[in-house]
Amino acid sequence: MNVHALPLYATILIFLLAYAICIVQFPAMLSTRVIGNLLTDNAFLGIVAVGMTVVIISGGIDLSVGSVIAFSGVFIAVLLRDTGLHPAAVFALLLVVTTAFGAAMGGMIHVLAMPPFIVTLAGMFLARGAGYMLSIDSVPIDHPAYEAMQRAYYVMPGGGRLTLLGVVMLLSVGIGMIVLHRTRFGTNTYALGGGEATARLMGVAVGRTTMMVYAFSGFMAGLAGIAFSVYTSAGYPLATVGVELNAIAAVVIGGTLLAGGSGYMFGTLIGVLTMGLIQTYIVFDGSLSSWWTKIVIGALLLLFIMLQKGLLRLRVSA
Amino acid sequence: MTAARKLLRRIAPQLITLVAVILLVSLYYPDFYKVVLVNDRLVGIPIDVLKRCAPVALLAIGMTLVIATRGIDLSVGTVMAICGAAAAWSIDQGYGLWGALAIAGAAGLVCGVWNGILVAVLGIQPIVATLILMVAGRGIAQLITNGTILTFDSDAFSYLGSGTLIGVPVPTVIWILTGIAVGLLVRRTALGLLIEAIGVNLRASTLAGINSKVLLIAVYVASGLCAAMAGIIATADIRGADANNAGLWLELDAILAVVIGGNSPLGGRFSIVASLLGALIIQTINTGILLAGFPSEFNLVIKAVLVIVILVLQSPRLMLLQDPVHLPFLRKRAAPTPPAEVRK
Repeated sequence: MNVHALPLYATILIFLLAYAICIVQFPAMLSTRVIGNLLTDNAFLGIVAVGMTVVIISGGIDLSVGSVIAFSGVFIAVLLRDTGLHPAAVFALLLVVTTAFGAAMGGMIHVLAMPPFIVTLAGMFLARGAGYMLSIDSVPIDHPAYEAMQRAYYVMPGGGRLTLLGVVMLLSVGIGMIVLHRTRFGTNTYALGGGEATARLMGVAVGRTTMMVYAFSGFMAGLAGIAFSVYTSAGYPLATVGVELNAIAAVVIGGTLLAGGSGYMFGTLIGVLTMGLIQTYIVFDGSLSSWWTKIVIGALLLLFIMLQKGLLRLRVSA
Repeated sequence: MTAARKLLRRIAPQLITLVAVILLVSLYYPDFYKVVLVNDRLVGIPIDVLKRCAPVALLAIGMTLVIATRGIDLSVGTVMAICGAAAAWSIDQGYGLWGALAIAGAAGLVCGVWNGILVAVLGIQPIVATLILMVAGRGIAQLITNGTILTFDSDAFSYLGSGTLIGVPVPTVIWILTGIAVGLLVRRTALGLLIEAIGVNLRASTLAGINSKVLLIAVYVASGLCAAMAGIIATADIRGADANNAGLWLELDAILAVVIGGNSPLGGRFSIVASLLGALIIQTINTGILLAGFPSEFNLVIKAVLVIVILVLQSPRLMLLQDPVHLPFLRKRAAPTPPAEVRK
């Protein structure tokens, strides 16, 4: 049995177990409506977590994504309000900007040889500040294309809605899986996470890979920003504060090793859904307060980190 | 004499930055320097800066020690919220001033021990280990306050946040005294050197006989206690504990203060004075932006630019600062234990 995949199996098992407990208590949770909402409500988180997975597997961390999502929302809203551009053109422009932003951070991390944590912290301030400079207030988005996107859904058997956002999230995870597990870039990313010196000796272009990793994360943060703006129909510079932490938590719960070099994209999807499930359970229960979400997520984080530590020891001794 | 000059050379960049920022602000706001005595308390912008920087300054003291061991403590803002909530709860329960201080301090101690054990005993990366408390801690704080903003009425307790001691705001007195106490503790003893040794090379210092586990836990406990003090001040200042917003994102400001203080995020050589100057610089910028009438949204961009400039200056690859003070690794190799430095 593949030791690397054990955290992934544990994640899937815990998710199924948690879902089973939910269903026993609230049979109504076994409906496509709940599943559809789970996908829609966590779409932006899932998309940004795809980028975060790649960053964490490369041995880094990206704290800027929450701010980039907020910036994206404001950028889209202001551009749609002040110019006659079509949303598609605005989206393309935004993705170029956020990808370049990520690439710049990756470049700085490589050139300055500084911890990714501190460089992306600067990026976090910069993106949030740039969002503020565009607008301090919440800017509503009122465009026919947005209404069309919000109305685009497929009714699953049972009445649940598989919305466009949910589909985009699932597609992102799919693309992330291909990028991570089936391309040379993905292999380089794993090598980089395993150890920079080793990766360099094996012939990995460390600088270029680092830049691409953060550019990918920037692209995904931009895409998540688009999803979030469709979800809320507005751009607000104070939105999505702390989403980077949720994304990191989802990746860790998904069984990815925070030290880098090991993990699966599919696990991240399960991690996002597990976090969404906790929230749904609290909504269904009605008597539990929302702060239990945070405590449970913290406990899950601890559980998975301990599990990984144990597995690491197992692997070393084996 | 040489020790004083060495210290001055170490903190010169921070002093110059602080003076430059103050000059810049006073261009826009000439009344900046005016300090007057009203009702037995000093009033003025400099006093305001010294008071408002108290939470970040206190957090920066603990964070400096943690970063010197090549760690990071993301949980300090949350620990502030927990300790503030614990203090407000105990006042509410009628435990009085000292009871509240003891309970809040104990909460900070427990948080610090928790982080320390995760890092030192279980060997989890600091950023991940402290992330757990950062995420779960706000929930715990809300559990204590029951999700509301817990207000209380205790003049003795709110004195800690808004009172004055011989005209000087109490928070200012607290952070300056704490800074001096911790500074003396680590520099008049070998403690500071041992902490630096851990930051430079954990394995080597363990092999050299340093009890790195205990020392690492102690460092996170120090950070937890500093956060507890910051939480008490923040809670006393507004006479209420806000589990959601108390200390929110202050961990980032504290890290920023440490980095502006010229302490390498890669661990090793540290200076608490420089970190405190970093906290003052941040607060002067915050206040200055408001005074100068700039919209406060510039604040984050200015901070970001500051961080980037400092990162470029400190980069081990570019080595723009040839001063060996900023290159702890090279210095250690050249002179293993410079005696003058130990005495500071």
